[in-house]
Amino acid sequence: MGAHGPAKGLTRWLTTTNHKDIGSMYLWFSFAMFLLGGSFAMIIRAELFQPGLQIVQPEFFNQMTTMHGLVMVFGAIMPAFVGLANWMIPLMIGAPDMALPRMNNWSFWILPPTFLLLASTLFMEGGGPNFGWTFYAPLSTTYAPPSVTFFIFAVHAMGISSIMGSINIIATIVNMRAPGMTYMKMPMFVWTWLITAFLLVAVMPVLAGAVTMMLMDIHFGTSFFNAAGGGDPVLFQHVFWFFGHPEVYIIILPAFGVVSEVIPTFSRKPLFGYDSMVYATASIAFLSFIVWAHHMYTVGLPIAGELFFMYATMLIAVPTAAKVFNWITTMFKGSITLETPMLFAIAKVFLFTVGGFSGLMLAIAPADFQYHDSYFVVAHFHYTMVAGAIFALSSAVYYWLPKWTGKMYNETMGKAHFWISFLGFNLTFFPQHFVGLAGMPRRIPDYNLMFADFNMMSSIGAFIYGTSQLLFLFNIVRTITHGKPVNSDKVWDGATTLEWTVPSPAPYHTFSTPPEVK
Amino acid sequence: MYQQAKRLSKLALCPVLMLLSLLSTGAWATEGAPQRWQLNMTPGVTEVGAKIYDLHMFVFWVCVVVGILVFGVMFYSVFAYRKERHQEPATFHENTRVEIAWTIVPFLLLLVMAVPATKTLIEIYDTDDADLDVLVTGYQWKWKYEYINPNGDNVSFFSNLLTDKAEIANSEAKGSNYLIEVDEPLVLPVDKKVRFLVTANDVLHAWWVPALAVKRDAVPGFINEAWTKATETGVYRGQCAELCGRDHGFMPIVVNVVEEAEYQEWMAGKQAEAAELKALMSKEFTMDELVARGKTVYNRSCAACHGPAGEGGVGPAIAGSAIATGPTKGHLDVVVNGVPGSAMQAFGGQLNEVDLAAVVTYQRNGFGNNMGDMLQPIDIYKFKKGQ
Amino acid sequence: MATANKNVAKTTGKLLVLSVAMFAFAMWVMPPLYNALCEVLGINGKTSGRYEVVESAVDTTRTVKVQFVAQNNEMMPWEFAPNTSQVEVHPGEPAQVTFYAKNTQSRFMVSQSIPSLVPSRAAEYFHKTECFCFNNQPLEAGAEADMPLRFIVDRDLPKDIHVITLSYTIFDVTEMAAKQESLAASN
Repeated sequence: MGAHGPAKGLTRWLTTTNHKDIGSMYLWFSFAMFLLGGSFAMIIRAELFQPGLQIVQPEFFNQMTTMHGLVMVFGAIMPAFVGLANWMIPLMIGAPDMALPRMNNWSFWILPPTFLLLASTLFMEGGGPNFGWTFYAPLSTTYAPPSVTFFIFAVHAMGISSIMGSINIIATIVNMRAPGMTYMKMPMFVWTWLITAFLLVAVMPVLAGAVTMMLMDIHFGTSFFNAAGGGDPVLFQHVFWFFGHPEVYIIILPAFGVVSEVIPTFSRKPLFGYDSMVYATASIAFLSFIVWAHHMYTVGLPIAGELFFMYATMLIAVPTAAKVFNWITTMFKGSITLETPMLFAIAKVFLFTVGGFSGLMLAIAPADFQYHDSYFVVAHFHYTMVAGAIFALSSAVYYWLPKWTGKMYNETMGKAHFWISFLGFNLTFFPQHFVGLAGMPRRIPDYNLMFADFNMMSSIGAFIYGTSQLLFLFNIVRTITHGKPVNSDKVWDGATTLEWTVPSPAPYHTFSTPPEVK
Repeated sequence: MYQQAKRLSKLALCPVLMLLSLLSTGAWATEGAPQRWQLNMTPGVTEVGAKIYDLHMFVFWVCVVVGILVFGVMFYSVFAYRKERHQEPATFHENTRVEIAWTIVPFLLLLVMAVPATKTLIEIYDTDDADLDVLVTGYQWKWKYEYINPNGDNVSFFSNLLTDKAEIANSEAKGSNYLIEVDEPLVLPVDKKVRFLVTANDVLHAWWVPALAVKRDAVPGFINEAWTKATETGVYRGQCAELCGRDHGFMPIVVNVVEEAEYQEWMAGKQAEAAELKALMSKEFTMDELVARGKTVYNRSCAACHGPAGEGGVGPAIAGSAIATGPTKGHLDVVVNGVPGSAMQAFGGQLNEVDLAAVVTYQRNGFGNNMGDMLQPIDIYKFKKGQ
Repeated sequence: MATANKNVAKTTGKLLVLSVAMFAFAMWVMPPLYNALCEVLGINGKTSGRYEVVESAVDTTRTVKVQFVAQNNEMMPWEFAPNTSQVEVHPGEPAQVTFYAKNTQSRFMVSQSIPSLVPSRAAEYFHKTECFCFNNQPLEAGAEADMPLRFIVDRDLPKDIHVITLSYTIFDVTEMAAKQESLAASN
C-alpha cells in the first residue's frame, strides 16, 4: 500500500476497502434514502393536508406509511451513522482503517441493490408492503400482498449488512486503538458506537428470526403467528419488539455520541462527567432489552408483566436524563460560539428532551391506554428520531465536512438550513401531540373535520422541513465544488480529538503509524 | 445574531405559555367527539377515565416544571456564556455529588409517579362483577357487537361506517360526524359496569373509545377483557386503533349510553330482530323463496332507478343486462360495492345477506334473464369477506 | 501486526457466534419459551391440555359463573354455538357442557377450535378433562355434532374471581389437516 492513491473511476467505488471511501458512500446513500423516505412522507402529508381522499387511495397510503418508516429507519438513519462510524472511528482512535476492510465493502454494497428491491415492490402486483414498518402478523403474513416475500428478503439483507458492519466496528475499537488510548480515553462518539454495535449484533438476528418465522408461516405452513395452528399473533409482537426497542436505542446512541463531541468543542470545555456518560450509555443499552412490551400495553398482557415493563421503562429516564444534564453542564460556564453544528446539537438536546417527556408520559401504562396508536405516539417518536437522530446527523455533517473535504461550508446557508428545519420540524410535529390527545389514530389516510386545522399545519411544516433539506444538499455540494479552503487543519479551535490532528482534507491513508496518545 | 435568537425564543415562549394555560383550565367540556383545536384529552365520562386524565396531567406538569428548569439552565448558558461575554471557559468536568443528586432526584420523582399509575392500572384490570357482557369483534372493516344473554339468544349486529363515499371523495360536503358515525351504534345502559370481550375475525384491530377510556387490541383467536362504567348518558365516538388493512381509518365506533329503561326497550326490539334474522342466515332457501323475497327487496331498493319491470330509467335496465346475465361475481361486485362515480350505491352495507342473496337471485332469474343460478346468504357473506 | 490480525479474527469469531446464537434464540427458543411461560404461569388465556382428574372435595361455599362464547374465524362458515351459554359451578365440581357445530357446506371439512379464557390469571385454574378442542373435528357435508367439554374449576381459584369466560374460535383447517395426513401417509 502506501504511496499510490485511490483507483480511478467507477472501479474505485466498487472495490474500495478504504474506510473514508466507504464512509462517504454510506453517507451519500443515506442522504438519497433520506430524500426518498422524505418523498413518501410528503405524499402522506399531502394526503393529510385536508380531510377527504384527494391524492392517493387508502391501499397506497398504507404502502407509503410503511415504506416511509422502513426507508427512514433502515435506509437513512442507520446507514448514515454507520457512514460516520466508518469515517471517524479509525481517525478518532488512531487506527489506519477498519479491522475488516473487505467485509466493510460488502456491508455497504449490499444496501443499494437491497433498497432498489424494496422500492421496486411498490410496482409489483398487489403493491408494496402495506402493513406498517412494524409489520404485525397476521396482516403481514396471511393477509400480505405477494411482495412480502421480497420485503422479507430485503430485511434479511439489511440485517446482514448491519451485523457485518457492527462486527467490524467492535473488532476495530477493541483491537486497533492507538497505544495509550485506553477505553476510558476514547471519544464518546466511539464509546456510543461500541455499545450500539453490541446492540446491533444482539438484536438484528432477532429481527431476522422474526421475518424467517413470517416466511415460514406464509410459505411453509407453520403457525408461529396463526391461532388456527396453535400459534399466536402476539408472539410476533414480542419477538419484533425485543428487536424493536433496542433498535430505537441503536438509532439514538450514536446521535448522543455526536452531540458529546460537538458540544464540548463549541463550548471550549471538556465533556462534563465523561465516566458517568459511559456508564449511563451502558445502562441505557442494558435496560433497552427489558422494556420491549411497553409497545404492547393494550394487547392484553397480564398485570404483573404490564407493571414490570412500566417500571423498567420509567427507569430508562434516569440515565437518559443524566446525559442531558451532562451536556448542559458542559455548556455551563463554557465559552460558547453558535456555528451551525452547535445550533443543531443544542436543538437536538432541547427537542430530544421534549420527545423524552412525551416518552415518559407514554411509559405510564394506564395513560398509554389513551395514547397508544394515536398521533401522540407519532409525535413522540418523530421528536426523538428526527430532532434526536437527524438533527445530530446534520450537526455531524457540518462539523466534519471540513475535515472530509478541506473546505468550509457556507455558514449563512447552514444557519438558514438550521432555522428553517427547526421551524418546519416543530410546525410539523408539535400539533400532532394535540390531535393524538384529541383522539386521532395513526396510520389513517383521512380524518374527522375537527382534526383538520392541526393536520393542515403539520403538512405545511412538513413541506417547509422537506424543502430545507434541499438547501442542505445544495450547501454540501457547493462546498465540495466551490468551498473556501479551511483556515487550519484543526478547523474548530475548541476541538480536541485525534481526527483534528490530521490534515483537512484527511489524506486517503491516515495513521499508518499509530499516534502517541497521552 | 444573539439578539435575533433572543427575540425569537421570546416569541416562541408566548404561544407556549398560552397553550399551557389553556390545557390546565380543562377548558374542554366532556364531549363524545373531538373538538376543533382540541389540545388535550378529556376525563371522559368514567371514573377510571378521570383518574387517567389526572395521571396524565400530573406527569405532564412534572415534565413542564423539569423542562423549564433544565432548558432554563441551557438557554441561560447559551446567552451568559457565549464567547463574547465569557472568554475563558471553566475547566471543571466532574462533580460526583451533583451527579448523584441528579440521578436520585429523578428516580424519586419516578417513584412518586409510579404509585398512582400502579393503582389505576390495577383498577383497569379489574373486570370482575360486571352487569353486562358485550363481545366486540373486529372485522375488516367494521365492528360486530354481541350482547351475551345468559337466558337466551345473544343479540348481535354489525356496526358499519355510515359516512357516504361521496363525502370521502369530496363530491359532497362533509357532515360534522364525518368518519365517526355508524349505522348501528353500541347501546349501553348508564351507571352499569359493562365488560367487553374483545376479539377479531381476521387481523389485529383495536377498539378505542376515548370518552370511555377503553382501548383494547382485538387479536384473532384470542379474547381480551376490558370494562367501563359510564356515568353520563350521551353519544361517544371512537376509532379502530390498530392498522388492519385498507379501511383501517374507516371503521369507527359509536357508543350510545342511555338510561336503563331506554336500554331495555332497545334490547327487546333487537332481540325480536335477531331471532328473525338468525333463522334466515344459514338457511338454504329454495329458488321460489329467494325470488319471492328478492322481488320485495327489488321493489323497495332497486325499482326506483332500474324500473319495476327491470326496464331501466335513471339506471340501466336489468332485463337482458350484461351484468345480470354475466358471471355472478361481477354482478355481486356491482350490487355489493356499487359503482363509484355513478349513482349506483354500495348495497353491501345496507342490505343484509339474506336480502342481498334474494335480490341478486331475483335479478338473474326475473325479467326474462332466466340464468337458473341462485345465491344463498352464505355466498354473499363469503363474497364480502373475499374482497 | 500478526497479533493484531489474530485478535481481530478472535473478536470477529466471537461476535459471529453471538449473532448466530441470537438468531437461534429468536427462532427456536423464543416461541417455545413464550408458550411454556404462558402455560406455566397461566397467562395469555391459553388453557392447557388434558387434565387428569384427581379426587378432591368440592368447595360448596361459593360458585363461579362460567360463560361460553363461540366465534367463527373469517371464512369458516359452520354454525358454531354453545348449547349452554353459562353455568354456575362449585370449584372442584366436575361439569359438562356441549357445543353445537354444523358443517353448512356441501363438502367435507375439518375444523379446529381454539380456546381463549379470561381473566387470564384464571386460566391455570381451569382444567379440561375432555375437550373437543384437543383434536381436529371433521364433519361431512351437512353433518352436525354436539361436542362435549368436561371441566373442573380448581378449588384454589382465587376468591376474587367470580366470572370466567371461555371463548372458542373455530377455524377451517381442512387444508392443513389434509397436508398433515399426506405427510403421515408418505412416512
